[in-house]
Amino acid sequence: MKVKRMEKKLSFMEKLSIPEILKGLSITFRNMFKPKVTRLYPEERYKAPIALKGQPLLVENEDGTPRCVACSMCEVVCPALAITIKAEETERYIEREPEEFSIDMLRCILCGLCEEVCPKEAIIMSDRYELANFTRESLVFHKDRLMTPIKELEGRIRFTKEKFDKWHR
Amino acid sequence: MTTAVLIATIIKVVVFFHIAPIMVSLLTLAERKVSAWIQFRYGPNRVGPWGLFQPIADGLKFFFKEEVVPEGANPILFRLAPALAAGPAMMTIAVIPFTFPILIDGQPFSLAIADLNIGVLFFIAMSGLAVYGILLGGWASNNKWSLLGGLRSSAQMISYELSMMMSVITVVMLTGTMNLGEMFTYQAHHTWVLFMFPVGTIAFVLFLIAAFAETNRLPFDLAECETELVGGFHTEYSSMKFALFFMGEYSAMFMMSCLLATFFLGGPSFFGLIENMDSIWWRAILGFVVFMIKVGFFLFFYIWVRWTLPRFRWDQLMYLGWKILLPLSILNLTATGILIATGVL
Repeated sequence: MKVKRMEKKLSFMEKLSIPEILKGLSITFRNMFKPKVTRLYPEERYKAPIALKGQPLLVENEDGTPRCVACSMCEVVCPALAITIKAEETERYIEREPEEFSIDMLRCILCGLCEEVCPKEAIIMSDRYELANFTRESLVFHKDRLMTPIKELEGRIRFTKEKFDKWHR
Repeated sequence: MTTAVLIATIIKVVVFFHIAPIMVSLLTLAERKVSAWIQFRYGPNRVGPWGLFQPIADGLKFFFKEEVVPEGANPILFRLAPALAAGPAMMTIAVIPFTFPILIDGQPFSLAIADLNIGVLFFIAMSGLAVYGILLGGWASNNKWSLLGGLRSSAQMISYELSMMMSVITVVMLTGTMNLGEMFTYQAHHTWVLFMFPVGTIAFVLFLIAAFAETNRLPFDLAECETELVGGFHTEYSSMKFALFFMGEYSAMFMMSCLLATFFLGGPSFFGLIENMDSIWWRAILGFVVFMIKVGFFLFFYIWVRWTLPRFRWDQLMYLGWKILLPLSILNLTATGILIATGVL
């Protein structure tokens, strides 16, 4: 078998290896004073970009009512069967609203299909990514925990409008 | 021996013996901190201010871990090995003079725990013992990796001990004494061995390289090289036995740094600033500070090199030890003899 040697010819100073060792030492010494890349997590939290699909939340109007009209489209589209909706009548103009709306975060795969399919922009993927907890019950989010003031979700609503171009097609 | 001397001796023994474990615990923290800084991380910073209590947390964790003795292990040697690894390194602390002598009852009172006239020989004997802990630990574990690690480390330590001792003999010839206290006194009055060019400087470099090999530190940590041998000789050890191996390694590092400072950097002396002080007490205190700064530099250097250089291959290690360092140290020794005989040094 033909062997091709790829060895580099070393100069005398490189063969002596002491200058090279000193060079390496100087690099590591300078590294010590460079800015750290670690994020000190609990104090210094990561601000997720707007494109992140985190915990899905329900949008709450300024007057405290849900935007959701309980059309069940998200419930149908959800591939992980995480959403459960029970509709009820309401005196408001929209006539329907969810009596019970729960997302089982143990099942949710954060795919964002519910957000995409929602005709009212009532369910929105937020930037909340800390989804761990100690009990199974606490990971089934009910309506009271999902309702979020519209102000907190404005950025993402604008983003979804641009992304899915819902009303201008 | 008067009462004052007796009390002073007891205080001295208690204080200086505890320097070693304290330095070891700080060193484990320093290692993690420095390695983190070099890799753009912060290192442990949760336990106490700047993570200063991390060694305590680590120690507690070690105490509460389960002890596992593998099947087929030699029960006596398996338990004896960690003690043999940690003991000799700690014992060498006894001959190290941490600072200038003070006056007790009008007599000069050396601040080494044991002011031996053959301190250098004591150190040589004790560093020869250090290999047993690792070799027995590797052999008694009934594990291939451990055995290989133990074998490698014994071969490595024996081959590097030769050149190390040659450079120690150079220092002994240059300073004309085997007492470590007198050794730095001589250097304080003349010049540091490091500056006795060329033989002192070469001896320093040789000793430094051999010290890395003796303490099984990178780039010579073939005894426990994780990538090939899992963990080397301490693969099978757990809980406090593992911690003892760790303490042995770190106290050996501390001891080697102390010896480097005493042999080559004139111990607590600093260019006539401290050794010529009138007040004996201030001289002793500042001398101790200077000595610790020198030791700290070497300890930092150990860690610094660890995170800079890659590990040697086994044959490269042996080549360096037997074909380069040993001839060089013998030549250096001969040159020292000639220079002293001709009156140059």
